[in-house]
Amino acid sequence: MKNKKKVLETVIHGIFLILGLITVGCVLLISVYLVVSGIPAIREIGIIDFLFGKEWSSTSSDPEYGILPFILTSIYGTAGAILLGVPIGFLSAVYLAKIAPPKLKAVIGAAVSLLAGIPSVVYGLVGMLVLVPGIRMLFGIPDGASLLAAIVVLAVMILPSVIKVSMTALEAVPKEYEDASLALGATPVETYFRVSVPAAKSGIAAAVVLGIGRAIGEAMAVMMVSGNVANMPSIFQSVRFLTTAVASEMSYSSGLQRQALFSIALVLFLFILLINATLNFFLKRSKEK
Amino acid sequence: MQKKTISGKRKAYVALMRVLMFTSVFFTCALVLFLIVFVMVKGIPNVSWELLSTAPSYLSGRIGILPDILNTVYIVIATLLVVLPLGVGAAVYLTEYAKNKRVVSIIEYAAETLSGIPSIIYGLVGMLFFCQFLNLQTSLFAGALTLVIMNLPTVMRTTQESLKTVPQSYREGAFGLGAGRWRMIRTVVLPGCVDGIITGCILSVGRILGESAALLFTAGFAHALNGIFEGLASSGATLTVALYVYAKEQGEFGVAFAIAAILMVLTMLVNLTAAFVGWYFKKRRSI
Repeated sequence: MKNKKKVLETVIHGIFLILGLITVGCVLLISVYLVVSGIPAIREIGIIDFLFGKEWSSTSSDPEYGILPFILTSIYGTAGAILLGVPIGFLSAVYLAKIAPPKLKAVIGAAVSLLAGIPSVVYGLVGMLVLVPGIRMLFGIPDGASLLAAIVVLAVMILPSVIKVSMTALEAVPKEYEDASLALGATPVETYFRVSVPAAKSGIAAAVVLGIGRAIGEAMAVMMVSGNVANMPSIFQSVRFLTTAVASEMSYSSGLQRQALFSIALVLFLFILLINATLNFFLKRSKEK
Repeated sequence: MQKKTISGKRKAYVALMRVLMFTSVFFTCALVLFLIVFVMVKGIPNVSWELLSTAPSYLSGRIGILPDILNTVYIVIATLLVVLPLGVGAAVYLTEYAKNKRVVSIIEYAAETLSGIPSIIYGLVGMLFFCQFLNLQTSLFAGALTLVIMNLPTVMRTTQESLKTVPQSYREGAFGLGAGRWRMIRTVVLPGCVDGIITGCILSVGRILGESAALLFTAGFAHALNGIFEGLASSGATLTVALYVYAKEQGEFGVAFAIAAILMVLTMLVNLTAAFVGWYFKKRRSI
Protein backbone atom coordinates (compact mmCIF):
# COMPACT_ATOMS: atom_id res chain seq x y z
CA MET A 1 0.00 0.00 0.00
CA LYS A 2 2.68 2.43 1.03
CA ASN A 3 4.82 1.40 -1.89
CA LYS A 4 1.96 1.99 -4.31
CA LYS A 5 1.50 5.48 -2.95
CA LYS A 6 5.17 6.19 -3.36
CA VAL A 7 5.11 5.05 -6.98
CA LEU A 8 2.11 7.27 -7.65
CA GLU A 9 3.89 10.25 -6.13
CA THR A 10 6.96 9.64 -8.27
CA VAL A 11 4.89 9.29 -11.43
CA ILE A 12 3.04 12.54 -10.71
CA HIS A 13 6.30 14.29 -9.91
CA GLY A 14 7.55 13.11 -13.30
CA ILE A 15 4.45 14.40 -15.08
CA PHE A 16 4.82 17.84 -13.52
CA LEU A 17 8.51 17.89 -14.38
CA ILE A 18 7.64 17.23 -18.02
CA LEU A 19 5.00 19.97 -17.97
CA GLY A 20 7.56 22.34 -16.49
CA LEU A 21 10.11 21.53 -19.14
CA ILE A 22 7.66 22.10 -22.01
CA THR A 23 8.48 25.82 -22.15
CA VAL A 24 12.16 24.98 -22.49
CA GLY A 25 11.22 22.46 -25.19
CA CYS A 26 9.26 25.14 -27.06
CA VAL A 27 12.16 27.58 -27.02
CA LEU A 28 14.49 24.85 -28.27
CA LEU A 29 11.98 23.82 -30.94
CA ILE A 30 11.67 27.38 -32.23
CA SER A 31 15.42 28.00 -32.21
CA VAL A 32 16.27 24.69 -33.88
CA TYR A 33 13.62 25.10 -36.57
CA LEU A 34 14.68 28.64 -37.37
CA VAL A 35 18.37 27.79 -37.52
CA VAL A 36 17.92 24.59 -39.53
CA SER A 37 15.56 26.16 -42.05
CA GLY A 38 17.34 29.52 -42.13
CA ILE A 39 20.94 28.45 -42.71
CA PRO A 40 20.70 26.80 -46.18
CA ALA A 41 19.63 29.94 -48.03
CA ILE A 42 22.27 32.06 -46.29
CA ARG A 43 24.87 29.49 -47.35
CA GLU A 44 23.68 29.50 -50.93
CA ILE A 45 23.39 33.27 -51.27
CA GLY A 46 26.48 34.03 -49.20
CA ILE A 47 26.21 35.78 -45.85
CA ILE A 48 27.69 39.09 -47.09
CA ASP A 49 25.43 39.24 -50.14
CA PHE A 50 22.46 38.28 -48.01
CA LEU A 51 22.94 40.70 -45.13
CA PHE A 52 24.41 43.63 -47.05
CA GLY A 53 22.88 43.22 -50.51
CA LYS A 54 20.83 46.28 -51.34
CA GLU A 55 18.53 44.60 -53.83
CA TRP A 56 15.65 42.24 -53.11
CA SER A 57 13.92 40.91 -56.21
CA SER A 58 12.94 37.38 -55.36
CA THR A 59 10.53 36.85 -58.22
CA SER A 60 12.56 38.20 -61.16
CA SER A 61 14.28 35.86 -63.61
CA ASP A 62 17.67 36.69 -62.10
CA PRO A 63 16.67 36.86 -58.44
CA GLU A 64 18.56 38.99 -55.91
CA TYR A 65 18.33 38.28 -52.22
CA GLY A 66 19.78 41.23 -50.33
CA ILE A 67 17.98 42.08 -47.10
CA LEU A 68 19.81 45.26 -46.13
CA PRO A 69 16.70 47.33 -47.02
CA PHE A 70 14.60 45.25 -44.60
CA ILE A 71 17.16 45.40 -41.82
CA LEU A 72 17.59 49.16 -42.13
CA THR A 73 13.84 49.72 -42.41
CA SER A 74 13.24 47.71 -39.24
CA ILE A 75 15.95 49.66 -37.42
CA TYR A 76 14.81 53.08 -38.65
CA GLY A 77 11.17 52.28 -38.10
CA THR A 78 11.83 51.11 -34.56
CA ALA A 79 14.07 54.08 -33.80
CA GLY A 80 11.42 56.47 -35.12
CA ALA A 81 8.70 54.82 -33.08
CA ILE A 82 10.89 55.04 -29.96
CA LEU A 83 11.72 58.71 -30.57
CA LEU A 84 8.04 59.51 -30.96
CA GLY A 85 6.43 57.13 -28.49
CA VAL A 86 8.85 57.04 -25.55
CA PRO A 87 8.75 60.75 -24.59
CA ILE A 88 4.95 60.77 -24.64
CA GLY A 89 4.75 57.47 -22.79
CA PHE A 90 7.39 58.47 -20.24
CA LEU A 91 5.84 61.85 -19.45
CA SER A 92 2.38 60.28 -19.19
CA ALA A 93 3.80 57.65 -16.83
CA VAL A 94 5.31 60.30 -14.54
CA TYR A 95 2.01 62.14 -14.41
CA LEU A 96 -0.01 58.98 -13.78
CA ALA A 97 2.35 57.54 -11.19
CA LYS A 98 3.00 60.71 -9.23
CA ILE A 99 0.48 63.48 -9.82
CA ALA A 100 -2.84 62.09 -11.05
CA PRO A 101 -5.63 61.81 -8.46
CA PRO A 102 -6.54 58.12 -7.84
CA LYS A 103 -9.84 58.20 -9.73
CA LEU A 104 -8.36 59.86 -12.82
CA LYS A 105 -5.46 57.43 -12.63
CA ALA A 106 -7.86 54.48 -12.66
CA VAL A 107 -9.76 55.82 -15.66
CA ILE A 108 -6.65 56.63 -17.70
CA GLY A 109 -5.10 53.33 -16.64
CA ALA A 110 -8.12 51.50 -18.05
CA ALA A 111 -7.82 53.50 -21.27
CA VAL A 112 -4.15 52.55 -21.57
CA SER A 113 -5.03 48.87 -21.00
CA LEU A 114 -7.57 49.14 -23.78
CA LEU A 115 -4.90 50.60 -26.04
CA ALA A 116 -2.75 47.56 -25.26
CA GLY A 117 -5.61 45.17 -26.00
CA ILE A 118 -6.72 46.53 -29.37
CA PRO A 119 -5.75 44.00 -32.07
CA SER A 120 -2.93 45.13 -34.33
CA VAL A 121 -5.07 44.76 -37.46
CA VAL A 122 -7.43 47.40 -36.07
CA TYR A 123 -4.49 49.81 -35.78
CA GLY A 124 -3.56 48.86 -39.31
CA LEU A 125 -7.09 49.50 -40.56
CA VAL A 126 -7.38 52.92 -38.91
CA GLY A 127 -3.87 53.73 -40.15
CA MET A 128 -4.83 52.77 -43.69
CA LEU A 129 -7.87 55.04 -43.74
CA VAL A 130 -6.74 57.98 -41.61
CA LEU A 131 -2.97 58.15 -41.50
CA VAL A 132 -2.09 57.16 -45.06
CA PRO A 133 -4.43 59.66 -46.79
CA GLY A 134 -3.50 62.23 -44.14
CA ILE A 135 0.22 61.93 -44.91
CA ARG A 136 -0.48 62.03 -48.64
CA MET A 137 -2.38 65.29 -48.36
CA LEU A 138 -0.17 66.90 -45.71
CA PHE A 139 3.09 66.35 -47.55
CA GLY A 140 1.77 66.29 -51.09
CA ILE A 141 3.25 62.93 -52.03
CA PRO A 142 1.64 60.45 -54.45
CA ASP A 143 1.22 57.66 -51.89
CA GLY A 144 0.95 58.07 -48.14
CA ALA A 145 1.78 54.43 -47.41
CA SER A 146 5.30 55.07 -46.16
CA LEU A 147 7.87 54.59 -43.44
CA LEU A 148 6.41 57.64 -41.69
CA ALA A 149 2.95 56.04 -41.46
CA ALA A 150 4.51 52.87 -40.06
CA ILE A 151 6.49 54.88 -37.50
CA VAL A 152 3.38 56.66 -36.24
CA VAL A 153 1.40 53.41 -35.96
CA LEU A 154 4.29 51.70 -34.14
CA ALA A 155 4.68 54.67 -31.79
CA VAL A 156 1.02 54.35 -30.82
CA MET A 157 1.32 50.60 -30.39
CA ILE A 158 4.32 50.75 -28.04
CA LEU A 159 2.75 53.52 -25.94
CA PRO A 160 0.86 51.22 -23.52
CA SER A 161 3.90 49.02 -22.77
CA VAL A 162 6.11 52.05 -22.19
CA ILE A 163 3.53 53.68 -19.90
CA LYS A 164 2.76 50.53 -17.89
CA VAL A 165 6.34 49.44 -17.27
CA SER A 166 7.59 52.97 -16.47
CA MET A 167 4.68 53.47 -14.09
CA THR A 168 5.50 50.28 -12.21
CA ALA A 169 9.12 51.40 -11.89
CA LEU A 170 8.19 54.91 -10.73
CA GLU A 171 5.69 53.64 -8.19
CA ALA A 172 8.36 51.41 -6.66
CA VAL A 173 10.62 54.36 -5.79
CA PRO A 174 10.87 54.56 -1.98
CA LYS A 175 8.81 57.42 -0.61
CA GLU A 176 11.69 58.47 1.66
CA TYR A 177 13.71 59.61 -1.36
CA GLU A 178 10.95 61.93 -2.43
CA ASP A 179 10.26 63.14 1.09
CA ALA A 180 13.93 63.99 1.57
CA SER A 181 14.00 65.95 -1.67
CA LEU A 182 10.83 67.85 -0.75
CA ALA A 183 12.18 68.61 2.70
CA LEU A 184 15.30 70.11 1.12
CA GLY A 185 13.09 72.60 -0.67
CA ALA A 186 12.64 71.08 -4.11
CA THR A 187 9.21 71.52 -5.67
CA PRO A 188 7.17 68.37 -6.31
CA VAL A 189 7.75 68.45 -10.08
CA GLU A 190 11.51 68.88 -9.57
CA THR A 191 11.44 65.98 -7.14
CA TYR A 192 9.68 63.68 -9.61
CA PHE A 193 12.05 64.40 -12.46
CA ARG A 194 15.34 64.78 -10.57
CA VAL A 195 14.89 62.18 -7.81
CA SER A 196 12.17 59.67 -8.71
CA VAL A 197 13.08 59.29 -12.38
CA PRO A 198 16.81 58.70 -11.80
CA ALA A 199 15.92 56.21 -9.03
CA ALA A 200 13.66 54.34 -11.44
CA LYS A 201 15.97 54.55 -14.42
CA SER A 202 16.56 50.81 -14.82
CA GLY A 203 12.83 50.16 -14.94
CA ILE A 204 12.32 52.97 -17.44
CA ALA A 205 15.15 51.60 -19.56
CA ALA A 206 13.39 48.23 -19.44
CA ALA A 207 10.22 49.96 -20.68
CA VAL A 208 12.11 51.41 -23.63
CA VAL A 209 13.70 48.07 -24.51
CA LEU A 210 10.31 46.36 -24.26
CA GLY A 211 9.00 48.99 -26.66
CA ILE A 212 11.85 48.24 -29.06
CA GLY A 213 10.98 44.54 -28.96
CA ARG A 214 7.30 45.23 -29.63
CA ALA A 215 8.07 47.59 -32.51
CA ILE A 216 10.58 45.38 -34.29
CA GLY A 217 8.30 42.34 -34.02
CA GLU A 218 5.07 43.93 -35.21
CA ALA A 219 3.95 42.63 -38.59
CA MET A 220 0.30 43.08 -39.52
CA ALA A 221 -0.31 46.72 -38.66
CA VAL A 222 2.92 47.71 -40.36
CA MET A 223 2.10 45.64 -43.42
CA MET A 224 -1.17 47.54 -43.84
CA VAL A 225 0.33 51.04 -43.76
CA SER A 226 3.90 50.81 -45.08
CA GLY A 227 3.20 50.10 -48.75
CA ASN A 228 5.32 46.96 -48.68
CA VAL A 229 7.83 47.70 -51.46
CA ALA A 230 11.44 46.57 -50.95
CA ASN A 231 13.01 50.05 -51.13
CA MET A 232 15.93 51.32 -49.13
CA PRO A 233 14.30 53.17 -46.23
CA SER A 234 13.32 56.76 -46.74
CA ILE A 235 10.72 58.55 -44.70
CA PHE A 236 8.18 59.18 -47.47
CA GLN A 237 8.73 56.00 -49.45
CA SER A 238 7.05 52.64 -49.40
CA VAL A 239 9.15 50.28 -47.36
CA ARG A 240 9.23 46.70 -46.22
CA PHE A 241 10.22 45.53 -42.72
CA LEU A 242 11.86 42.23 -41.71
CA THR A 243 8.50 41.04 -40.39
CA THR A 244 6.48 42.09 -43.42
CA ALA A 245 9.05 40.63 -45.81
CA VAL A 246 8.33 37.24 -44.29
CA ALA A 247 4.58 37.72 -44.10
CA SER A 248 4.00 39.12 -47.57
CA GLU A 249 5.76 36.48 -49.67
CA MET A 250 5.27 33.37 -47.58
CA SER A 251 1.96 32.33 -49.11
CA TYR A 252 3.24 32.05 -52.69
CA SER A 253 6.96 31.41 -52.23
CA SER A 254 8.90 28.29 -53.17
CA GLY A 255 12.45 26.99 -53.45
CA LEU A 256 15.30 29.34 -52.62
CA GLN A 257 12.90 32.27 -52.20
CA ARG A 258 11.06 30.39 -49.44
CA GLN A 259 14.32 29.42 -47.78
CA ALA A 260 15.46 33.03 -47.93
CA LEU A 261 12.29 34.02 -46.06
CA PHE A 262 13.22 31.58 -43.31
CA SER A 263 16.65 33.20 -43.20
CA ILE A 264 15.01 36.60 -42.75
CA ALA A 265 13.04 35.16 -39.84
CA LEU A 266 16.30 33.88 -38.38
CA VAL A 267 17.84 37.37 -38.59
CA LEU A 268 14.73 38.80 -36.90
CA PHE A 269 14.96 36.12 -34.20
CA LEU A 270 18.59 37.04 -33.50
CA PHE A 271 17.58 40.69 -33.12
CA ILE A 272 14.84 39.66 -30.68
CA LEU A 273 17.21 37.48 -28.63
CA LEU A 274 19.59 40.42 -28.33
CA ILE A 275 16.75 42.71 -27.24
CA ASN A 276 15.49 40.14 -24.72
CA ALA A 277 18.94 39.80 -23.20
CA THR A 278 19.11 43.60 -22.81
CA LEU A 279 15.63 43.65 -21.32
CA ASN A 280 16.54 40.98 -18.77
CA PHE A 281 19.66 42.91 -17.83
CA PHE A 282 17.66 46.05 -17.04
CA LEU A 283 14.85 44.19 -15.30
CA LYS A 284 17.31 42.38 -13.07
CA ARG A 285 19.08 45.60 -12.19
CA SER A 286 15.80 47.31 -11.45
CA LYS A 287 14.79 44.41 -9.16
CA GLU A 288 18.09 44.44 -7.30
CA LYS A 289 17.50 48.03 -6.34
CA MET B 1 7.42 82.62 1.65
CA GLN B 2 8.66 79.54 -0.06
CA LYS B 3 7.80 80.79 -3.52
CA LYS B 4 10.12 83.76 -3.25
CA THR B 5 13.13 81.50 -2.81
CA ILE B 6 12.59 79.74 -6.16
CA SER B 7 14.55 81.28 -8.99
CA GLY B 8 13.01 82.13 -12.35
CA LYS B 9 14.92 79.36 -14.03
CA ARG B 10 13.51 76.76 -11.70
CA LYS B 11 10.02 78.15 -12.13
CA ALA B 12 10.36 77.90 -15.89
CA TYR B 13 11.59 74.30 -15.58
CA VAL B 14 8.63 73.32 -13.43
CA ALA B 15 6.17 75.06 -15.73
CA LEU B 16 7.69 73.45 -18.82
CA MET B 17 7.62 69.97 -17.33
CA ARG B 18 4.02 70.44 -16.23
CA VAL B 19 2.97 71.52 -19.70
CA LEU B 20 4.81 68.61 -21.30
CA MET B 21 3.24 66.10 -18.92
CA PHE B 22 -0.28 67.43 -19.40
CA THR B 23 0.16 67.48 -23.16
CA SER B 24 1.35 63.87 -23.17
CA VAL B 25 -1.47 62.60 -21.01
CA PHE B 26 -3.99 64.61 -22.97
CA PHE B 27 -2.60 63.18 -26.19
CA THR B 28 -2.81 59.61 -24.88
CA CYS B 29 -6.40 60.05 -23.76
CA ALA B 30 -7.42 61.80 -26.96
CA LEU B 31 -5.87 58.97 -28.94
CA VAL B 32 -7.85 56.29 -27.11
CA LEU B 33 -11.04 58.30 -27.43
CA PHE B 34 -10.46 58.93 -31.12
CA LEU B 35 -9.78 55.25 -31.82
CA ILE B 36 -12.94 54.14 -30.02
CA VAL B 37 -15.20 56.77 -31.58
CA PHE B 38 -13.75 56.41 -35.08
CA VAL B 39 -14.01 52.62 -35.17
CA MET B 40 -17.50 52.63 -33.66
CA VAL B 41 -18.87 55.34 -35.95
CA LYS B 42 -17.45 53.65 -39.03
CA GLY B 43 -18.22 50.12 -37.90
CA ILE B 44 -21.56 50.01 -36.08
CA PRO B 45 -23.68 51.08 -39.11
CA ASN B 46 -22.21 48.16 -41.04
CA VAL B 47 -23.06 45.56 -38.42
CA SER B 48 -26.29 43.92 -39.50
CA TRP B 49 -28.02 40.72 -38.55
CA GLU B 50 -27.34 39.35 -42.00
CA LEU B 51 -23.63 40.01 -41.61
CA LEU B 52 -23.54 38.26 -38.26
CA SER B 53 -25.65 35.27 -39.15
CA THR B 54 -24.60 34.16 -42.61
CA ALA B 55 -21.63 32.76 -44.47
CA PRO B 56 -20.20 34.69 -47.43
CA SER B 57 -21.57 33.68 -50.80
CA TYR B 58 -20.11 34.68 -54.13
CA LEU B 59 -23.33 33.77 -55.95
CA SER B 60 -25.45 36.32 -54.17
CA GLY B 61 -22.53 38.69 -53.53
CA ARG B 62 -23.20 38.51 -49.81
CA ILE B 63 -20.58 38.87 -47.11
CA GLY B 64 -21.26 37.23 -43.76
CA ILE B 65 -18.90 36.72 -40.87
CA LEU B 66 -20.64 33.91 -39.00
CA PRO B 67 -17.92 31.39 -40.00
CA ASP B 68 -15.23 33.77 -38.73
CA ILE B 69 -17.05 34.24 -35.43
CA LEU B 70 -17.40 30.47 -35.01
CA ASN B 71 -13.77 29.89 -35.98
CA THR B 72 -12.71 32.38 -33.32
CA VAL B 73 -14.81 30.57 -30.72
CA TYR B 74 -13.39 27.17 -31.75
CA ILE B 75 -9.82 28.36 -31.64
CA VAL B 76 -10.29 29.99 -28.24
CA ILE B 77 -11.77 26.77 -26.83
CA ALA B 78 -9.12 24.52 -28.35
CA THR B 79 -6.25 26.76 -27.24
CA LEU B 80 -7.50 27.09 -23.68
CA LEU B 81 -8.14 23.34 -23.36
CA VAL B 82 -4.52 22.63 -24.21
CA VAL B 83 -2.77 25.59 -22.64
CA LEU B 84 -4.45 25.42 -19.23
CA PRO B 85 -3.16 21.99 -18.14
CA LEU B 86 0.29 22.76 -19.55
CA GLY B 87 0.60 26.22 -18.04
CA VAL B 88 -0.90 25.36 -14.66
CA GLY B 89 1.18 22.17 -14.51
CA ALA B 90 4.36 24.08 -15.24
CA ALA B 91 3.52 26.65 -12.57
CA VAL B 92 2.77 23.90 -10.02
CA TYR B 93 6.06 22.24 -10.84
CA LEU B 94 7.96 25.48 -10.33
CA THR B 95 6.39 26.42 -7.01
CA GLU B 96 5.65 23.01 -5.45
CA TYR B 97 8.17 20.52 -6.77
CA ALA B 98 11.30 22.13 -8.14
CA LYS B 99 14.13 22.19 -5.64
CA ASN B 100 16.93 22.81 -8.06
CA LYS B 101 17.32 26.59 -8.43
CA ARG B 102 19.10 26.13 -11.74
CA VAL B 103 16.16 24.26 -13.28
CA VAL B 104 13.75 26.93 -12.06
CA SER B 105 15.79 29.74 -13.54
CA ILE B 106 16.15 27.91 -16.86
CA ILE B 107 12.39 27.38 -17.10
CA GLU B 108 11.65 30.97 -16.13
CA TYR B 109 14.19 32.25 -18.63
CA ALA B 110 12.59 30.10 -21.33
CA ALA B 111 9.17 31.54 -20.48
CA GLU B 112 10.51 35.09 -20.68
CA THR B 113 12.10 34.35 -24.04
CA LEU B 114 8.83 32.91 -25.33
CA SER B 115 6.87 36.00 -24.34
CA GLY B 116 9.27 38.22 -26.28
CA ILE B 117 9.15 36.33 -29.57
CA PRO B 118 7.10 38.14 -32.23
CA SER B 119 3.97 36.43 -33.48
CA ILE B 120 5.17 36.22 -37.07
CA ILE B 121 7.95 33.88 -35.93
CA TYR B 122 5.41 31.74 -34.08
CA GLY B 123 3.43 31.62 -37.29
CA LEU B 124 6.43 30.48 -39.27
CA VAL B 125 7.54 27.79 -36.84
CA GLY B 126 3.93 26.71 -36.34
CA MET B 127 3.61 26.26 -40.07
CA LEU B 128 6.84 24.24 -40.28
CA PHE B 129 6.21 22.10 -37.22
CA PHE B 130 2.46 21.64 -36.81
CA CYS B 131 1.26 22.00 -40.40
CA GLN B 132 4.11 20.26 -42.20
CA PHE B 133 6.08 18.07 -39.76
CA LEU B 134 3.06 16.82 -37.78
CA ASN B 135 1.03 16.89 -40.98
CA LEU B 136 -1.94 18.76 -39.53
CA GLN B 137 -2.16 20.84 -42.73
CA THR B 138 -3.37 24.43 -42.57
CA SER B 139 -6.08 24.01 -39.96
CA LEU B 140 -7.60 25.75 -36.98
CA PHE B 141 -6.12 23.05 -34.76
CA ALA B 142 -2.59 23.81 -36.01
CA GLY B 143 -3.35 27.48 -35.34
CA ALA B 144 -4.59 26.67 -31.85
CA LEU B 145 -1.44 24.70 -31.05
CA THR B 146 0.68 27.65 -32.22
CA LEU B 147 -1.32 29.91 -29.93
CA VAL B 148 -0.77 27.45 -27.08
CA ILE B 149 2.97 28.09 -27.24
CA MET B 150 2.34 31.84 -27.37
CA ASN B 151 0.05 31.86 -24.35
CA LEU B 152 1.94 29.34 -22.25
CA PRO B 153 4.09 31.98 -20.50
CA THR B 154 1.01 34.08 -19.66
CA VAL B 155 -0.94 31.26 -18.02
CA MET B 156 2.20 30.05 -16.28
CA ARG B 157 3.01 33.46 -14.84
CA THR B 158 -0.48 34.34 -13.58
CA THR B 159 -0.86 30.89 -11.97
CA GLN B 160 2.57 31.16 -10.39
CA GLU B 161 1.75 34.58 -8.95
CA SER B 162 -1.38 33.27 -7.29
CA LEU B 163 0.31 30.06 -6.09
CA LYS B 164 2.77 32.25 -4.23
CA THR B 165 -0.10 33.80 -2.27
CA VAL B 166 -1.29 30.42 -0.93
CA PRO B 167 0.03 30.50 2.65
CA GLN B 168 2.83 28.06 3.42
CA SER B 169 0.99 27.02 6.60
CA TYR B 170 -1.84 25.49 4.52
CA ARG B 171 0.66 23.21 2.84
CA GLU B 172 2.27 22.28 6.14
CA GLY B 173 -1.16 21.62 7.60
CA ALA B 174 -1.98 19.20 4.80
CA PHE B 175 1.35 17.42 5.19
CA GLY B 176 0.86 17.29 8.93
CA LEU B 177 -2.47 15.51 8.46
CA GLY B 178 -0.64 12.86 6.47
CA ALA B 179 -1.43 13.95 2.92
CA GLY B 180 1.05 13.11 0.19
CA ARG B 181 2.36 15.87 -2.04
CA TRP B 182 -0.10 15.17 -4.85
CA ARG B 183 -3.08 15.08 -2.50
CA MET B 184 -1.91 18.33 -0.93
CA ILE B 185 -1.66 19.97 -4.37
CA ARG B 186 -5.06 18.68 -5.44
CA THR B 187 -6.95 19.69 -2.33
CA VAL B 188 -5.08 22.73 -1.04
CA VAL B 189 -2.92 24.38 -3.68
CA LEU B 190 -5.02 24.14 -6.83
CA PRO B 191 -8.25 25.49 -5.26
CA GLY B 192 -6.18 28.37 -3.91
CA CYS B 193 -4.91 29.47 -7.29
CA VAL B 194 -8.25 29.60 -9.14
CA ASP B 195 -7.94 33.37 -9.49
CA GLY B 196 -4.59 33.08 -11.23
CA ILE B 197 -5.94 30.47 -13.61
CA ILE B 198 -8.99 32.59 -14.44
CA THR B 199 -6.86 35.70 -14.97
CA GLY B 200 -4.56 33.69 -17.24
CA CYS B 201 -7.59 32.49 -19.21
CA ILE B 202 -8.90 36.01 -19.71
CA LEU B 203 -5.54 37.40 -20.78
CA SER B 204 -5.13 34.49 -23.19
CA VAL B 205 -8.58 35.06 -24.69
CA GLY B 206 -7.66 38.70 -25.25
CA ARG B 207 -4.45 37.72 -26.94
CA ILE B 208 -6.11 35.07 -29.13
CA LEU B 209 -8.80 37.54 -30.22
CA GLY B 210 -6.13 40.02 -31.31
CA GLU B 211 -3.75 37.60 -32.96
CA SER B 212 -3.38 37.58 -36.70
CA ALA B 213 0.22 37.14 -37.87
CA ALA B 214 0.63 33.76 -36.17
CA LEU B 215 -2.62 32.46 -37.62
CA LEU B 216 -2.20 33.57 -41.21
CA PHE B 217 0.03 30.63 -42.17
CA THR B 218 -1.16 28.09 -39.62
CA ALA B 219 -4.94 28.44 -39.66
CA GLY B 220 -5.37 29.99 -43.08
CA PHE B 221 -8.24 32.17 -44.23
CA ALA B 222 -11.18 30.11 -45.44
CA HIS B 223 -14.71 31.24 -44.60
CA ALA B 224 -16.55 27.89 -44.59
CA LEU B 225 -19.30 27.21 -42.08
CA ASN B 226 -18.34 24.19 -39.96
CA GLY B 227 -19.14 22.40 -36.72
CA ILE B 228 -16.43 22.42 -34.07
CA PHE B 229 -14.64 19.18 -34.92
CA GLU B 230 -14.89 19.66 -38.66
CA GLY B 231 -13.87 23.28 -38.13
CA LEU B 232 -10.76 22.44 -36.13
CA ALA B 233 -9.61 20.05 -38.84
CA SER B 234 -10.06 22.52 -41.68
CA SER B 235 -8.64 25.88 -42.56
CA GLY B 236 -10.47 28.95 -41.33
CA ALA B 237 -10.09 32.66 -40.61
CA THR B 238 -10.64 34.12 -37.16
CA LEU B 239 -12.19 37.59 -36.88
CA THR B 240 -8.83 39.38 -36.92
CA VAL B 241 -7.55 37.45 -39.93
CA ALA B 242 -10.87 38.07 -41.69
CA LEU B 243 -10.51 41.80 -40.98
CA TYR B 244 -7.07 41.78 -42.55
CA VAL B 245 -8.22 39.87 -45.62
CA TYR B 246 -11.30 42.06 -46.18
CA ALA B 247 -9.37 45.31 -45.72
CA LYS B 248 -6.08 44.55 -47.44
CA GLU B 249 -6.87 42.04 -50.14
CA GLN B 250 -10.51 42.73 -51.01
CA GLY B 251 -10.90 46.41 -50.18
CA GLU B 252 -14.17 45.74 -48.31
CA PHE B 253 -13.70 48.47 -45.73
CA GLY B 254 -17.31 48.42 -44.54
CA VAL B 255 -17.03 44.80 -43.46
CA ALA B 256 -13.54 45.41 -42.06
CA PHE B 257 -14.82 48.23 -39.86
CA ALA B 258 -17.79 46.17 -38.74
CA ILE B 259 -15.36 43.47 -37.59
CA ALA B 260 -13.11 46.12 -36.03
CA ALA B 261 -16.07 47.47 -34.03
CA ILE B 262 -16.92 43.95 -32.83
CA LEU B 263 -13.30 43.34 -31.86
CA MET B 264 -13.19 46.66 -30.04
CA VAL B 265 -16.26 45.76 -27.99
CA LEU B 266 -14.81 42.31 -27.24
CA THR B 267 -11.51 43.87 -26.15
CA MET B 268 -13.37 46.18 -23.77
CA LEU B 269 -15.32 43.23 -22.38
CA VAL B 270 -12.12 41.23 -21.87
CA ASN B 271 -10.47 44.16 -20.06
CA LEU B 272 -13.53 44.79 -17.89
CA THR B 273 -13.77 41.11 -16.98
CA ALA B 274 -10.08 41.01 -16.09
CA ALA B 275 -10.46 44.10 -13.89
CA PHE B 276 -13.58 42.67 -12.26
CA VAL B 277 -11.97 39.30 -11.55
CA GLY B 278 -8.93 41.02 -10.06
CA TRP B 279 -11.14 43.19 -7.86
CA TYR B 280 -13.40 40.29 -6.82
CA PHE B 281 -10.59 37.99 -5.74
CA LYS B 282 -8.71 40.76 -4.00
CA LYS B 283 -11.81 41.53 -1.98
CA ARG B 284 -12.41 37.87 -1.19
CA ARG B 285 -8.82 37.43 -0.10
CA SER B 286 -8.83 40.40 2.22
CA ILE B 287 -11.79 39.02 4.21
